[in-house]
Amino acid sequence: MAAPASAMAALGWWGLPLAVIAGAVRVSTPFLFVSLGECLTERSGRINLGLEGTLVMGAMSGYGVSYLTGSPWLGVLAAGIVGSLFGALHAAFCSLPRVNDIAIGIALMLFGVGLAFYIGKPLIEPQAPILPSIELAWWSRVPQLREALRINVLFLIGIVLAPFLLWALKHTRWGLILRTAGESADAALALGYSVNLIRLAATMAGGVLAGIGGSFLSLYYPGNWNERLSSGQGITAVALVIFARWDPMLCFWASILFGGAGALGPALQSLGFSEGYYLFNAAPYILTLLIMIITCSRRRTLIGAPAELSITR
Amino acid sequence: MAIAIGAKLARRDARGDQLRRAAESIVIPLLALLAAMILFGIFVGVQRVNPLTLYALMYRGAFGTWFSWQNTLTRAAPLILTALCTALPAQLGMVIIGGEGAFVMGGLAATAAALALPDAAPLVVQLAMAGAGLAAGGLWIAFVGALRHYRGVNETISSLLLVYIAIALLNQLVEGPMRDPASLNKPSTHAIGTANMIGSIPGSEIHWGLAFGVIAALLAYVLVYRTSFGFAARIVGGNLRAAQAVGLAVGRLVLSLCFLGGAAAGLAGMIEIAAVQGRANANLAAGYGTTGILVAFLARHNPLAIIPVAILLGGIGASGGLIQRRLGLPDASVLVLEGIIFLMVLASDTLYGRFALFTPRER
Amino acid sequence: MSLFRHSRRRFLQGAAGTAAALSGLLPGRPAFADEVVVGFIYVGSRDDYGYNQAHAQGAAAVKAMAGVKVDEEENVPETEAVEKSMESMINLDGATLLFPTSFGYYNPHVLKMAEKYPKVRFEHCGGLWTPKDPTNAASYFGYIDECQYLSGIVAGHTSKTGKLGFVAAKPIPQVLRNINAFTLGARSANPQAQTQVIFTGDWSMPVKEAEATNSLVDQGVDVVTCHVDGPKTVVETAARRGIWVTGYHCNQSVLAPKAYLTGAEWNWEQLYPKFVKMFMAGEPIPNFYRGGLKEGLVKPSPYGPAVGEAARKQADDAKAKLTAGGFAIFKGPLVDNRGKTVIAAGTQQGQTDPTLEKMDYLVEGVIGSTS
Repeated sequence: MAAPASAMAALGWWGLPLAVIAGAVRVSTPFLFVSLGECLTERSGRINLGLEGTLVMGAMSGYGVSYLTGSPWLGVLAAGIVGSLFGALHAAFCSLPRVNDIAIGIALMLFGVGLAFYIGKPLIEPQAPILPSIELAWWSRVPQLREALRINVLFLIGIVLAPFLLWALKHTRWGLILRTAGESADAALALGYSVNLIRLAATMAGGVLAGIGGSFLSLYYPGNWNERLSSGQGITAVALVIFARWDPMLCFWASILFGGAGALGPALQSLGFSEGYYLFNAAPYILTLLIMIITCSRRRTLIGAPAELSITR
Repeated sequence: MAIAIGAKLARRDARGDQLRRAAESIVIPLLALLAAMILFGIFVGVQRVNPLTLYALMYRGAFGTWFSWQNTLTRAAPLILTALCTALPAQLGMVIIGGEGAFVMGGLAATAAALALPDAAPLVVQLAMAGAGLAAGGLWIAFVGALRHYRGVNETISSLLLVYIAIALLNQLVEGPMRDPASLNKPSTHAIGTANMIGSIPGSEIHWGLAFGVIAALLAYVLVYRTSFGFAARIVGGNLRAAQAVGLAVGRLVLSLCFLGGAAAGLAGMIEIAAVQGRANANLAAGYGTTGILVAFLARHNPLAIIPVAILLGGIGASGGLIQRRLGLPDASVLVLEGIIFLMVLASDTLYGRFALFTPRER
Repeated sequence: MSLFRHSRRRFLQGAAGTAAALSGLLPGRPAFADEVVVGFIYVGSRDDYGYNQAHAQGAAAVKAMAGVKVDEEENVPETEAVEKSMESMINLDGATLLFPTSFGYYNPHVLKMAEKYPKVRFEHCGGLWTPKDPTNAASYFGYIDECQYLSGIVAGHTSKTGKLGFVAAKPIPQVLRNINAFTLGARSANPQAQTQVIFTGDWSMPVKEAEATNSLVDQGVDVVTCHVDGPKTVVETAARRGIWVTGYHCNQSVLAPKAYLTGAEWNWEQLYPKFVKMFMAGEPIPNFYRGGLKEGLVKPSPYGPAVGEAARKQADDAKAKLTAGGFAIFKGPLVDNRGKTVIAAGTQQGQTDPTLEKMDYLVEGVIGSTS
């Protein structure tokens, strides 16, 4: 069942970095997906703060569909579709003149969370099939290492997605169009593209990723649906995008860092160090704020920021 | 003579335009509210709940009896103050969503102030609590403003991160250094004492927090729309570069308005301690700050409009229990309705200036 | 809404509510004159497989009684909102007996309302009533540590590594008492057993609870239990990691049929109809009421398939002794995990002993600290 106690004792404090890495892998996936999605949306010149609502809707609908159909992968698909609908809703509202994208985001956050709680009431009790994981360290005899490298497929997709998006934004025609819309709406118009359509596509794509990120919560880790499932992962992931300067690869590293910081508190306690756990639990937020304070400056904050983005104007 | 008449006519016209604009800013949100109610009615109608029944119940729970009114107004009181935390910095174009943090810090500081003055007269204690609450909440958001102005840190994100940090601080202090050892299973600070509690408005069960909220909103209105300080702030909000070009002290404006907004939320936290809880514990972070964001946006950041909007949302909250019990609708119905109203009101921003009735006449 | 079909209970509730709404001029059926309206207020979702569901099961038992109408509200925070919910039930629905079921509702909210509405009876869960409080307020609680002691015995027997885990919300006396009782039970079965504690900091934080469970498993723990509002996450995570688990608040065996050993459950469906019957008959209900296995306020979950003979026997014996009364879980010599003697040799603290309510230590064998 579990490994002999002596093997544990031998690992001692070396267990901490392993536990933090394992935690980072487990906890970071929702952050990764939401921040990659938001990255796309923001590169097109719009900010969608509503991804918290999208994430929670994705978690709920993914769990519901997995429960009803028996297939967690259909759940992930459903979460993506629901996410794209929320993205489309955001884009549709924002395409009206004089409507503020940040405010619409906050409204959609409230609406999404409320709707998910409303529809999700009957889903709190049942158990739905959840996603499988892949054991990458089957060769190892250290159970902690095997656990650290027991990885969900969604996380692997995320790893591939980050460099792919970086490449696609830089080198493909689509990426160029997207970035043009983000840098100058007029330039995109001059090239004959509809800025609203580009942003619709980018926000919908962002919604798909955020919905899938939510389904990771309900269908893999922790793997159930309830109203406390998200403790603000969606909105913090939006913060990570700014922190990561709109670069998909940096989004990846930021998510890992954030997930690892979140795993620090429980890991330290499991080693018997339990003082100040509230502050350790707040570590990801403190760390993000500190890094933002250190790395921002009055001028440098604009580097990497899409010029059309309302928060940087 | 002719000039005088002309000036008079122009004034009358100007007043007419003002009236038309005022009417527009009342009629359009009401239309949005109506649209939201129709949409939510369809939403519950699909589940075979009669929308008219629902709204009759909601009216009864929110405004139908004297008890319902008191319920509504009590819930509205903290929302007026926390909404100012978003609305005041919004005059500069800043989006602050961290009122909950200022609320928590204000409540915590107010408790600490009361506990530091065990033998003082109640009025002194209450003034000290108010001062501590205002200062703690104000500094908390002023810090956000300073980060924005001096380091370029995005204020939406930093204010949000500070909410999580404030709640962690609250829990760590309440369960550690500030804990009353006698608060066994509900870790709390020592009580501030019944004598130091602020009471209710005479003839009602509504605590004085409502009066403070209304006064603060009125003062904020005067500040924003009737002083040169407020005028300068709105110039910054309209066009930062223009403001810098005419030599406005942007930094001072940012810090002041952030401080004032945070102070309002901090005061709300102080009132929650002094009028409701009597001691600080984890219950302080109950989401008033978060609902305040919604109120501010619905009021389009106009301090005067915050009062009726807070009452509307207080009423929706007050009726939530009744529709849960009578119609078997989930408690989240309130969130869904609020979300739809929010979306409709924001979408209605696009309608301004579209109706000929409200647009200034050609002269 | 096809999803609604899949929860019959919820669906029927909704349908009943709608039918009631359509039948009257004013929505919702007002209580009949001779009916008693009993209000239940929950701090979380009543489907949480935990604290709130245990109370909702009690409410369901009351609902089955004749002449009673049950009012329920869920997700009511421990702020003025709960005062207003109680008042609304009293003023608008005519409730005369209320069950505000969250510990934090009592002071100041229940006290304030009890003073304001002297004719209404307030039955609060938490065991907090003192003689200086209003006499129409009351507070009850169960000695669930007795069941945690039994769970500990089963866990101590079943564990192969001798390492047990406890995912707890906050280091408050009730939680510490559960951790200690669990550990004492385990050490009575296996003197080498140790319990590793992780505090998550709040009553409902699924991701933290899953993370805590995983960290424990990584440290070699092979039986885990918890004291959080909704144990679903801990139970499921433990089962997925292939270790055993004992439940809390409710019976969670359906969530992990193989991994679930036993659990400490509330038995409110036994108590609440009793209280309501006494209330309707005009009999006095004690203002301060506590009880354990003997009074039937708590019960252990049925044993799971992994529980061996020796474990069953020792746990059944302990249960018989606790039910008979006179057996003390906390007796000297008892040393805490810092080496300090907390109960001197030769003395014992029975379940009703008020010093147990102030517990601020973790016994020897627990890894973790109270601050």
